Amino acid sequence: MEFKFDWEENKEKIEEFKIFIKENMDKEGALMPVLQEAQGKFGYLPVEILEMTSKELRIPLAEIYGVATFYSQFSFIPKGENNISVCLGTACYVKGAEKILEEIEKVLDIKCGGTTPDLKFSITPTRCIGACGLAPVININEDIHGRLKVEDIKGLIEKYR
Amino acid sequence: MMTIENLKEIKEKARPILEERLEQEGKTEVRDGNIVLKGDYYKKQVRIALRNCEIIRPESIDEYIALDGYSALGKMLTEMTPGEVISAMKDANLRGRGGAGFPAGRKWEEAFKYNSDKKYIICNADEGDPGAFMDRSILEGDPHSVLEGMAIAGYAVGADQGFIYVRAEYPVAVKRLKAAIAKAKEYGLLGNNILGTDFSFDIELRLGAGAFVCGEGTALMESIEGKRGMPRTKIHRTAHKGLWQKPTIINNVETLANVPVIFQRGVEWFRSIGTEKSPGTKVFALVGKVKEAGLVEVPMGMSLREIVFDIGGGVAEDRAIKAVQTGGPSGGCIPAELLDTPVDFESLGAIGSIMGSGGMVVMDETDCMVDIARFFLDFTVDESCGKCVPCREGTKRMLEILERITEGNGTEEDIERMESLSETISSASLCGLGQTASNPVTSTLHYFREEYEAHIRDKKCPAGSCQALLEYYITEACIGCTKCARNCPVSCIDGKVKERHVIDTSRCIKCGNCMAVCPVGAVIKR
Repeated sequence: MEFKFDWEENKEKIEEFKIFIKENMDKEGALMPVLQEAQGKFGYLPVEILEMTSKELRIPLAEIYGVATFYSQFSFIPKGENNISVCLGTACYVKGAEKILEEIEKVLDIKCGGTTPDLKFSITPTRCIGACGLAPVININEDIHGRLKVEDIKGLIEKYR
Repeated sequence: MMTIENLKEIKEKARPILEERLEQEGKTEVRDGNIVLKGDYYKKQVRIALRNCEIIRPESIDEYIALDGYSALGKMLTEMTPGEVISAMKDANLRGRGGAGFPAGRKWEEAFKYNSDKKYIICNADEGDPGAFMDRSILEGDPHSVLEGMAIAGYAVGADQGFIYVRAEYPVAVKRLKAAIAKAKEYGLLGNNILGTDFSFDIELRLGAGAFVCGEGTALMESIEGKRGMPRTKIHRTAHKGLWQKPTIINNVETLANVPVIFQRGVEWFRSIGTEKSPGTKVFALVGKVKEAGLVEVPMGMSLREIVFDIGGGVAEDRAIKAVQTGGPSGGCIPAELLDTPVDFESLGAIGSIMGSGGMVVMDETDCMVDIARFFLDFTVDESCGKCVPCREGTKRMLEILERITEGNGTEEDIERMESLSETISSASLCGLGQTASNPVTSTLHYFREEYEAHIRDKKCPAGSCQALLEYYITEACIGCTKCARNCPVSCIDGKVKERHVIDTSRCIKCGNCMAVCPVGAVIKR
């Protein structure tokens, strides 16, 4: 999934980021601090920002990609405003968590681990959250929703739109 | 411009103010002329690296100076040559506290003797072992001691630039370090012409980005250089060719925090603590099933038993102690019968564990050794950088075997297979992560082989910890309230009202709900 990076909305941040690059570009090994600044500022590493970094620091994009994928701190997609964690523990699994997950994927039209283009929702798989009595369970942000049926999903997601 | 005289003036002014504050707070006492923390927990401890932690305010450079801070650096710059500093360090025999125990003085000498236009000092603050927080406490509680240690190292080897590579997961430490560096520069204790001499030394912070392997020296250097943090082939010593191929000294936080005190109180004093081969103290994060968990700093050579029982107060809930794990994912499990082993580099190595950076996890009879090995392997698999095939593939295969065993599907050959894998991984990996990755497995196999065999042959977990090998069982105490049956997510409990219920173990998913809801405690794990 490609995310449209909003240049207009991020105008100010981009300016600040450019200044940060200017201040640090003469430093040896500037790439890491620059990527960390970008991750902190934009919440993820948009490809547009990486291209900009590549030009400014004169480091090939492929090399930047290699570095960014190595460290777990960096992410290439933003998390949605509402994060849906689907419990894939055993109890939920036997109670049909797979079907629930498929339905969520269908409703939001993204895959597990992804984020919707409008940045409203993201889906994260999780290990057992210890609410087996309520299986199958999903967490939307901080709220726990248990004993779910496939037909509940659409309405539930609507509430968060 | 700050001079040695100014430094003394600040000390004389700040000391009474500090003493007055401590007096009012009442948590310290004076022992042998030193201010130490009060209480039983601290009685058997000897705090050198942690000497100022929880005593001075970490934001205050004046309080650090009040307790002789920066006096070692001052003395050295005016009275000692770099060669003398190094020979004192060699005499003190301060060994690397990051885990491997290489003598800092010898490392420094290597870089000192190597001619180069530029040399670097790195402070390794990428403390990544699960359950370890020694370095974080020093950075947060006494940042200046690390800065001073780095400046001393810089003077000794002829470096004018230092880097602190600190985990981004330690925001407080980062903040305190930033403030401390700024303050030290303002006081002229870092930067150009320190204390009016021609020695200049600057320190820059670099943040880690969540990769455990960057705690390895050469991987850390790669990371500072802005690359993927993968260890280098060890053709050159880093003391000769390290960061940007320049002579580089990399020391751990705790090692550097020890340096200033050695010069304040002298080599003789330092050598009088600890053992002949491992002088000084070591900080441990004493955690797990121990009554009083926390940071302890003890002289080298103290036995594990003294640390766990005399300082930590023994095992929580008065259970029997089973093992002590030291060295994190690179270490091993030391069984209860070896608790009288003295804690120093050689003794721990001899029994199949390592000193490590200082994680010390106490385990009781309910901890399954196979599962502990699995836990650490799971960690290593996640954190292997992928450069060496034996580590990248081998640890993964080993984890699969361990998972199989804890799930009750292990076979007799699995033990041999793991032993063979361990040997390959440790002999054919480039860096410490791979070389020691199998330690948790080999040490548990050595001391707790019968536990592996119980999992494989009898499909039982003697510690009662591996979920898959347990079954839930309803005893005669059942009153037939039907609560368990109603709460079972997979409806595998049968029984009539007021009659004893039965769990169909073939359908049970072992979620433990029935046990949690039973009003009379009739559901047990066996």
